[in-house]
Amino acid sequence: MILIGCVFNAGGAFFRWSVHRDMLRQVSTFGILAAGMTVVIITAGIDLSVSSVLALAAVSFAWLTLPHGWPALVAIPAVLLGGAALGAVSGALVARMRIQPFIVTLAMMVFARGLAKVVSGGEKITNYVPGPGGTEHVVALPRIFALIDHRILGGELSIVTIVFAACVLVTWVLLSRLRLGRYLYAVGGNQEAARLSAVPIAWTLVAAYAFSGLLAAVAGICQAAQEMQGDPETGMGYELDAIAMVVIGGTTLAGGKGSVVLTLIGVLTIGYLQKILSLNAAPEATRLMLTGGIIICAVLFQRGKRQ
Amino acid sequence: MTNDPIITMQGIHKSFGAVEVLHGVDFEVRPGEVHVLAGENGAGKSTLIRILSGVYDDWSGAVTVQGRALRLSLPRDAVRAGIATIHQELSLIPSMSVADNLFLGRELRGRLGGVRFEEQEAEAARLLAAMDLQFSPRQPVAELPLASRQLLEIGRALGRDAVLFIFDEPTSALGEHEVEPLFARIQGLKGRGRGVVYITHRMEEIYRLADRITVLRDGRAVGTATPEELPPAELVRRMVGRDLVAGRAPGAARPERSAEPALAVEALRVAHQERSDRAVVEDVSFTLGRGEILGLAGLQGSGASEVLHALFGALGRRASGRAALGGRPLALRSPRESVARGLLLLTSDRKGTGLAPDLSVTHNVSLASLPRLSNRAGWVWRRREEEAVAKLARDFRLDAPSLAAPVRKLSGGNQQKAYLARCLLPEPRVLLLDEPTRGIDVGAKADIYELMRGWVARGIAILLITSEMEELLALSDRVLVMHRGRVAAEFAGADATKEKVLAAAMGGRGGLAA
Repeated sequence: MILIGCVFNAGGAFFRWSVHRDMLRQVSTFGILAAGMTVVIITAGIDLSVSSVLALAAVSFAWLTLPHGWPALVAIPAVLLGGAALGAVSGALVARMRIQPFIVTLAMMVFARGLAKVVSGGEKITNYVPGPGGTEHVVALPRIFALIDHRILGGELSIVTIVFAACVLVTWVLLSRLRLGRYLYAVGGNQEAARLSAVPIAWTLVAAYAFSGLLAAVAGICQAAQEMQGDPETGMGYELDAIAMVVIGGTTLAGGKGSVVLTLIGVLTIGYLQKILSLNAAPEATRLMLTGGIIICAVLFQRGKRQ
Repeated sequence: MTNDPIITMQGIHKSFGAVEVLHGVDFEVRPGEVHVLAGENGAGKSTLIRILSGVYDDWSGAVTVQGRALRLSLPRDAVRAGIATIHQELSLIPSMSVADNLFLGRELRGRLGGVRFEEQEAEAARLLAAMDLQFSPRQPVAELPLASRQLLEIGRALGRDAVLFIFDEPTSALGEHEVEPLFARIQGLKGRGRGVVYITHRMEEIYRLADRITVLRDGRAVGTATPEELPPAELVRRMVGRDLVAGRAPGAARPERSAEPALAVEALRVAHQERSDRAVVEDVSFTLGRGEILGLAGLQGSGASEVLHALFGALGRRASGRAALGGRPLALRSPRESVARGLLLLTSDRKGTGLAPDLSVTHNVSLASLPRLSNRAGWVWRRREEEAVAKLARDFRLDAPSLAAPVRKLSGGNQQKAYLARCLLPEPRVLLLDEPTRGIDVGAKADIYELMRGWVARGIAILLITSEMEELLALSDRVLVMHRGRVAAEFAGADATKEKVLAAAMGGRGGLAA
């Protein structure tokens, strides 16, 4: 991708750091989702609900901090816990009720989106807070919003990107260093073999989906900060981008293999693709079609390598 | 009714790749005859009838049906020729009704091409009545019990004017009282002059049904005779061959049997997967001493494999009875308890239920030992893990490009060693091994025999299932033979011979009567 970028460099624009920095910032939210999605896909499952959990988290975060004035230190853990809890519910349905992950998370996607609309009352939650008697007054946007949306290092690196990097790191530690990570690969690789090796299947699956929900909540908080509001309609379709990033990176949907490093490659690939196309003023349609094509090529390429 | 054979098979050769499994078999069935095909596992019986069913197209030899020479390459060829195979996996569609199933592929059509459902239903009702089945033609087949479905398949075949009926182990899935209607039907087929090929290894069935018996051994027909000419002892001898009785390999000195058995089992029962009122294992009791190898022998349907799975806790609620490991009771409910207490299971299917193909050798081997190789927070001690696995790999002479390579890249023998290593890493006290040397090369087999002798010398007890008779006799200190879910016989190592074991496995007399 980087090579292609050098070629189509839109008159030297590609070589400016600001472009890369922007790309990273734009892709970070998706990247966080993709990291969580990687974990679930390794168990041979899928999580379609991440976009809705993101929206719910964004809305909840805004709702807690703006009209209700909760301090960020309390609101953030509360929202993260909520995301993880929803994920755990999905995981429990997959593990105990033996319903297919596609269906469970599809239902959760719809449910969470509805819940987001309930919490937000159907409207965006902004710092224009309705007061008694139908009036509105402006509430100061809590510092946390600015903080998350902030850039450090003299504006060269955004906090959101750092959050993304942290999520990737945590995911990596989980998958490669922790016992639970081994269990995740085993469950995806051969569930019956794992069961007969005394791997706690149900608990492993619940943990996988809870982790995905947790990361979706992280992404939701970042999203709320960047948009400076809690929008129940936000994030629609993000789950497919996340899945695409994981797949392009090289993790197969069949489960049992893959890693978050590969997903990182996928994230950057799509990120750069978008950036290059936008620098070259290509229309949206082209981006979509190219992304689709790249997904197929990536899968065929991996299959060729595997033989 | 002429006495010319309904089918003849001459000089049948069949190979799978480089391995020839049928070496010029001759076989024929006369009208009104039940011709039993007998033989050990792997003798070629199923292959032979699959040729008759049209499953294979790459065989050589001559087949005639009612005098006409035929080339059976597709199942349809067989059906058209009038050969009906009553499979164990029945070929009825469960969600469709009885009537629809009976006419599948040959629907009665009206003038405009539409299906004439009422006529089909009436015809189906008549057939059901003829088969003595109390079901409505509109009922979905899924609602019929297995035994009735089997009868329905027979009825359908009759409706297609089949001349030859092939049964492959038809009673292994049936209960005692379901068998009689089947036998009555078969008598009916005889009365109508049809031919029946019947494969079974149950002695009582052979001598009840057979007009003639043909014995296959190692892909050759070694005799065709009437039941009078071939009494059970002689039958078994033909099946087993006049090979030397496998001597028991001189084992390493076994440690003194301590008073406490490694594993004690009492009244073990395993319910059938779908029908809990039926048991695939019934009233099995035995003890296994420290450092002892107990061989569990049994033919298909004997329940031996289920005994192992039940003891491991893999069957959950299906298992009942009492068991004690090292004197303390074993709940038989979960693999977690078993592994934690040093009881490990090796299944007979390393690809399906054993190894995770894309995981590295190391990760596969350590899978059951992770709690031991990580701290309470879950951090895995990778160096310790790698050392432990590497040591085991050396002991096992496991040959792999690297222990970090995915396990699917290993040869069959090395994969099996990796699977075994997983069972040995947690330092078990009792090993449940189901066909530990299946599908691996001779060198790897020898390695595994040697390893097993080492394990028992260290006091590990082994419950071993293997369908290779020589292996069973060479390795086992004692042999327990199972037949239809119960213990049929027990032999001390020195007394066990191939004939005795096989006879007991088929339900004949020997040791404890069935």
